[in-house]
Amino acid sequence: MKSNRKFVSGDEAVALGVRLARPHIISAYPITPQTIVVERLADFVEDGSLKAEYMHVESEHSAMAAAMGVSSVGARAFTATSSQGLLHMAECVHYASGARFPIVMMNANRSIAVPWSIYGDQRDSLSMLDSGWIQVYVEDAQEALDMMIQAYKVAENPEVMTPFMVNLDGFVLTHTYEPIELPEQEMVDQFLPMYQTGNKMSMDEPKSLCFSTSPADNQEFKVMQHMAMEGSVDVIRQVDAEYGKVFGRSYHGLTESYRCDDADAVLMTLGSVTGTVRCVVDELREKGFKVGVFKIRFMRPFPKDEVMALGKAVSKLGVLEKNISFGNEGTVFTNVNSALMALDTKVQSKNYVGGLGGRDITKDHIRAIFMDLLNHDRFEERVEFIGMGCEINE
Amino acid sequence: MNNFNIRPKDLTDQEYFYGHKACAGCGATIAVRLALKVLGERTYSVLPANCMSAVSFIYPQMAFTTNAIISPFASTGAMLSGVAAGARALGIKDFQTVGFAGDGGTADIGFQALSGAIDRGDDIIYICYDNEAYMNTGIQKSGLTPYGTKTTTSPAGENLPGAVTQKKNMFEIVAAHGIAYAATASIGYPNDFLRKLNKAKEVRGPVFLHILASCPTGWGSKTELTVELAKEAVDSGLWYLAEYENDEFTLNKNPKEFIPVEEYLFKQGRFKHLKEKDINVIIEQRDKKWEKIRKSWL
Ligand SMILES: Cc1ncc(C[n+]2csc(CCOP(=O)(O)OP(=O)(O)O)c2C)c(N)n1
Ligand code: SF4
Repeated sequence: MKSNRKFVSGDEAVALGVRLARPHIISAYPITPQTIVVERLADFVEDGSLKAEYMHVESEHSAMAAAMGVSSVGARAFTATSSQGLLHMAECVHYASGARFPIVMMNANRSIAVPWSIYGDQRDSLSMLDSGWIQVYVEDAQEALDMMIQAYKVAENPEVMTPFMVNLDGFVLTHTYEPIELPEQEMVDQFLPMYQTGNKMSMDEPKSLCFSTSPADNQEFKVMQHMAMEGSVDVIRQVDAEYGKVFGRSYHGLTESYRCDDADAVLMTLGSVTGTVRCVVDELREKGFKVGVFKIRFMRPFPKDEVMALGKAVSKLGVLEKNISFGNEGTVFTNVNSALMALDTKVQSKNYVGGLGGRDITKDHIRAIFMDLLNHDRFEERVEFIGMGCEINE
Repeated sequence: MNNFNIRPKDLTDQEYFYGHKACAGCGATIAVRLALKVLGERTYSVLPANCMSAVSFIYPQMAFTTNAIISPFASTGAMLSGVAAGARALGIKDFQTVGFAGDGGTADIGFQALSGAIDRGDDIIYICYDNEAYMNTGIQKSGLTPYGTKTTTSPAGENLPGAVTQKKNMFEIVAAHGIAYAATASIGYPNDFLRKLNKAKEVRGPVFLHILASCPTGWGSKTELTVELAKEAVDSGLWYLAEYENDEFTLNKNPKEFIPVEEYLFKQGRFKHLKEKDINVIIEQRDKKWEKIRKSWL
């Protein structure tokens, strides 16, 4: 394979990936830290390297509504957003999955106001977990680029027909420069041909879309939507494996397990923090501590099988996440525990919440988390906030 | 201006909107039927949440025989743009993209998306059928509900004495965008509406048609009076027929004398409570408006 290396930010990698996927229309509204994606795509349309229409919409709600219009006639749509933008579009996010439009969206993970913050945590996309979108969280710019291509292939699979959200940690990924490998356009074209669908308004066969149902029918549609999402598990694995064969990079399906096999304690992660945890795992392994890291790539469909397999092999699991469902615990933690419930063996699990509003999660924090996991057989606290700057006195 | 391809006597038997579940005497369905007859078979319709989408997309009975889709309430304009752009990108030729939004979907929640779509200059037709309230949710006040109207959120008692605001001036607001073509119409004057639809079909760029469509259920009027009321709204000067194009306004009908507003108002339950002083306010507002219209649009 011809090598084509580039040094780009995560946002630029997304834009390059989108260009390779050849969407017909891009409709998006700028928001930090997603903005560079839409700027680069506009540049590509301008310089002719992307034959697409750049649609200037007046809000995120309209960005998704326009994308749905594009998809409703069978054309390929792309949009990107973040944080407040994702929430502003929320009505349309649910709508798109119910309509079974295979739209692909990039989301730059950013905290939600108030307090206002442009920095990263994952409360925006995790609060949309029930919206019926496939959700992947990538670790670096290369994975971001590769996932843009895989995303369309999965979303447009006739058995899936479900929209796909690719999440990048704000700034940590969106604005960090890394070397990436750019696939050849012809190879991508072969891997991702233009999709065919019957779920569209067509002049030959006119259709009414996005209709109403009575209680006598609604549930069946929702069950079909659920089954499509469950079925996407296999498609995600297949597409990733095929991508690996063609382009030389695969991401191990829905999760990636690192040094977990004989581990006494494993920390589960989502997104860019995985890299830091992997370093700490290597350091601790050198000192003889048996620890590992388990990267959850997909939050929907949720990798139940992989989590259960891990739960069978390891007795102590930590979940590190940049999210809190106020009054309860981190959403990733809830999902992990729900999968572990099906096991006969009892796994000790603990939730470590940090990085809110972009706060750094350091190697020291992670070392402390591993020591906490290794040194306790039972956890008094279910949720611990890490990296607190000061004490909060009630 | 008379070589329009479809005149009333040329209207085909072909219906693109039937089998719907609208109330008897619904004015909005007349607007949709006529529009689709003119726009024809190769039309994509976009309807936000409103009466027309509620009565025509109930699975498995679909009332549109041409392509149609329900958009989220706030996004008629955006989805219209998306459909048109998608079809263009796929090389589909000779098609129309039309929106059918109510007064609420146009003047209130969908206002931003309408403005955006006009701003983009997309080749779309946006039809606001105006029944002067949120009817689908049970007759609540919208931004186009006229002064004095009794609705379920402006119950015309002591504290909420009916709608106290005036109708937002959508036609001129839209015209201020410098839109390719905008017009007002009434289902009481179908010839005028058809002429404007024919025009809309030919115009390249965004088109806005604002058509008054009486609603027996919301207006508290007899079903057989639907068309008559929509005509009387114009004849009493409470609605006007006009066009905007090339930076110019044109008045299409200039009644020498208005019929008494009471004749129009008191056929409707929603105005039954109005006192003389309210009628005077309505007449005063009307006259002020017409003075301006006659001065600058003739
Ligand atoms: C975001 C959102 N808010 C509220 C509603 C509820 N809703 C459905 S139709 C409607 C009123 C529509 O009124 P209008 O646009 O005037 O059309 P009409 O029903 O009179 O035909 C409302 C408020 C909704 N569907 N979506
Ligand atoms: S409530 Fe009015 S607008 Fe709605 S269907 Fe009935 S008559 Fe038509």
